[in-house]
Amino acid sequence: MCRASKSVLAELERQHCQTVSIGCRGGGCGVCRVEVLMGKYAVGTMSRAQVSLEEERCGIVLACQLYPESDLKLRVLNRKN
Amino acid sequence: MAMTGVLRPGFCQLRVLDMEKSMVHYRDRIGLDEVSQEKDGRVYLKARDEFDRHSIILRSADEPGMDCMGFKVLDDESLTQLEKDLTAFGVDVEHIEAGEQPGIGRRIRFQAPMGHIFDFYAEMEKSDKGPMVQDPHVWDEQPRGMRPIRFDHCLLYGDELDETAEIFQKVLGFQVSEVIRVEGDVINAYFLTCSTKAHDIALIRFPEKGKFHHCSFLLEDWNAIGNAADIMTRYDISVDIGPTRHGITRGKTIYFFDPSGNRNEVFSGGYNFYPDNPRREWCEEEVGRAIFYYEKQLNDRFMGVVT
Repeated sequence: MCRASKSVLAELERQHCQTVSIGCRGGGCGVCRVEVLMGKYAVGTMSRAQVSLEEERCGIVLACQLYPESDLKLRVLNRKN
Repeated sequence: MAMTGVLRPGFCQLRVLDMEKSMVHYRDRIGLDEVSQEKDGRVYLKARDEFDRHSIILRSADEPGMDCMGFKVLDDESLTQLEKDLTAFGVDVEHIEAGEQPGIGRRIRFQAPMGHIFDFYAEMEKSDKGPMVQDPHVWDEQPRGMRPIRFDHCLLYGDELDETAEIFQKVLGFQVSEVIRVEGDVINAYFLTCSTKAHDIALIRFPEKGKFHHCSFLLEDWNAIGNAADIMTRYDISVDIGPTRHGITRGKTIYFFDPSGNRNEVFSGGYNFYPDNPRREWCEEEVGRAIFYYEKQLNDRFMGVVT
């Protein structure tokens, strides 16, 4: 589990983990799109072109804007389009 | 006068997710001057060595990317001629009334086959913070942040690349300084100039229409690139790659991202282009060196990360 002040993507990048693609790190490009299967989290601002409101409700988020509040189980997705 | 018609890139209107963070980035870190914030929420900025009122416009939106890129033309007659030429070429032209952005004259607009919106205008108010003209100092107010000289060019991604490059060449008067040729007649990247710069706009083939790769700011020299790199680390700005150099144009560069994921570049140097120069060509095997001269290979982000 990572500290909640750091995004999941930032922590993965720090650990040189290449499971999720590193893109803009700003919630814009969408290459770090993931689905949260289990766990509690908060999210920052994400491009609606990459994550719609409905998708966000279903647990689809950008890892660069994903702040864990418990252990998380994730599924890696591709960029939309 | 040798330079006529389309003179240069004049402005770039970007969508941002968080205006407050964006202002810290563009004003305080890059070092653009804030010109105005208008009632519709758009914020206007400029670089210190630009005479015109503004060059970068930020608009709050729920997805990042580029709304439009504007080119300044020599005079109103050129604008009228440009509209005739575009229409004769079969391009639909739209009129944007003077004042849609503060201080700007009438614009003509078209949507390129690649999906991007391009504006052309002849008039923009002069800034009261432009370069000094009477017994000038190198600058009036001390440059801040990365000390940008001007908004210089954009790199845009989309499909129908050849059709778009054709409009730039045959109608807008641009010349191709460099291309990346992948096989036979297939060109995947055009670097186009309307001036003596190595490029004023670059276009790269991509499956989606209307994508934004970066807007670029000119810095003075390699030392200024180093200063920009220091700022990026100090303030934890998301860096894509650099400091490095492009083989294409030979510009020394850093790619980095604004807080909404729009890519920016700061660069310096590059060769001068003249209309009699032969076109430079790169083959697919050398594309790494063409884009990132020192690394000699593309990073994953170059082809896939756009807004």
